[in-house]
Amino acid sequence: MNAAQTARTGFDVAAMRREFPILSREVYGKKLVYLDNAASAQKPRAVIDAMRQFLETDYANVHRGVHFLSSRATDHYEAAREAARRFLNAPAADNIILTHGGTEAFNLVASSFVSPMIAPGDEIVISEMEHHANIVPWHFLRERQGAVIRWARIGDDGVLDLDHLQSLIGPRTKLVAITHMSNVLGTITPARVIADMAHARGVPVLFDGCQAAVHARVDVQAIDADFYIFCGHKIYGPTGIGVLYAKPHFLSAMRPYQGGGEMIREVGFDAVSYGDAPHRFEAGTPPIMEAVGLAAAIRFLEGIDHAAVHAHEQALLAHATRQLRAANGVRIFGEAPGKGAIIAFDVKGVHPHDLATVIDREGVAIRAGHHCAHPLMKRLGVTATGRASFALYNTMEEVDVFVAALQRAREFFQ
Amino acid sequence: MRLHCETMDNEKSIAEKQEALAEDFLVFDDWMDRYQLLLDKAKAMAPLPEAERRDDMKVPGCQSQVWVEVKLVDGRMQIRAASDALITAGLIALLVEVYSGHTPGEIVAAPFTLAERIGLGSHLSPSRANGFANMVKRIRAEAARLVNR
Repeated sequence: MNAAQTARTGFDVAAMRREFPILSREVYGKKLVYLDNAASAQKPRAVIDAMRQFLETDYANVHRGVHFLSSRATDHYEAAREAARRFLNAPAADNIILTHGGTEAFNLVASSFVSPMIAPGDEIVISEMEHHANIVPWHFLRERQGAVIRWARIGDDGVLDLDHLQSLIGPRTKLVAITHMSNVLGTITPARVIADMAHARGVPVLFDGCQAAVHARVDVQAIDADFYIFCGHKIYGPTGIGVLYAKPHFLSAMRPYQGGGEMIREVGFDAVSYGDAPHRFEAGTPPIMEAVGLAAAIRFLEGIDHAAVHAHEQALLAHATRQLRAANGVRIFGEAPGKGAIIAFDVKGVHPHDLATVIDREGVAIRAGHHCAHPLMKRLGVTATGRASFALYNTMEEVDVFVAALQRAREFFQ
Repeated sequence: MRLHCETMDNEKSIAEKQEALAEDFLVFDDWMDRYQLLLDKAKAMAPLPEAERRDDMKVPGCQSQVWVEVKLVDGRMQIRAASDALITAGLIALLVEVYSGHTPGEIVAAPFTLAERIGLGSHLSPSRANGFANMVKRIRAEAARLVNR
């Protein structure tokens, strides 16, 4: 089955699938077709094994002990920071803060960097296609400090309106925070162009890389990002860990986020001083085994042929798009040129929740809902959509199974 | 006719109703047949017209929207509800059929077990996905409030 695919894209998807134990399981007696990768990707053996081996041989708390295991665990943890540095091509490992997830990273930037700058009427510029993680922290600043959120428009095709974005960046803008790839529309934004636009006005820029990190190659220096965020579980790593990259001069100026152990220099009865970045932002025991898993996921991604994987994912996207376009009553949201392997769609007369429920019984896992993007749903004029999102282990046959299941569901409900 | 049916139904206890409905569903082995029966239940349910759906009736949920109205009439709870998703509407129809017309005390004493019995328990999982679980909670909370009043 995969011979033709391999020939076309130079990528052996059958061999790749064998790296992911969960893909061989069945659901309801049917072969699992997992197309909810934008919500969370499955884990390769390399990640599972690395975490298990760490727990079985090298586990202890980090940064504290002088004993053998503590120093081994610290080495592992700091190796994860270094892996994240490599992955983003950040200048130094000290530019990398390991968080408990993508969401925490946004909240950290909001609380430690943006909040102290905000006077009533100051502005944060985002776009209509942001995930709630890149919206709600700014709403906090709106509610508590009178910040104003400005929304850059997107076109009907899902392309970010750069002229409109530029027009929103003004003397009161404190931050431009834009997705690098939409979790609904698949749109990949021109990060360097956006960064230059913001920098021309002296405004720092943050990119939400939670989707882009797995579908695109990220180089924070090339795009001149001031802040860049991604999370472990969407790049085939574990949940419970995220990465925040920040330029060093921002990091050293930022106030601490949470208080606790690990992040201090000295604690007295009536005084406290804080450690340097990145440790200042990593209070308490960090996600240690998750960091080991993250490092393994990054090594896994470094070990694959990125161009071949990209071609494979794009072939899946093109195949699915073609078939959905040919199907009756299916509307696709997001047709930006060069978009990543995510399709949001609507089937006329069928609620996405009903669709997802029924095709689940055929083993097909898709997402239905607002995808944590209420403003985008309003912009699109819907309350929910279906979403199929592809990973490097998906096959053309799975796309066919999905579309056939969708067709049967459509007939069932009509 | 409707009134007659409801009167007949209300001679049955909540447990008996759930048992009878479970049997209706478990006749079918094929999931599509069970979903078809749910859809039929949704269509047969007394409507809560769109014009009457107020925001305060809305039950939070991620994938499907649910509206519910609970009234106490002659000591018995009258429930009207709707959803924009058909399967959710079908589940709601079951809930209405099971609980509507019973006293708050009867409702508090009888948990809604039908969804699990017919293999649709996943719709009650505390996920963000479904307004249905929140609707069950809301109705039972309202019944408890009325009992304690």
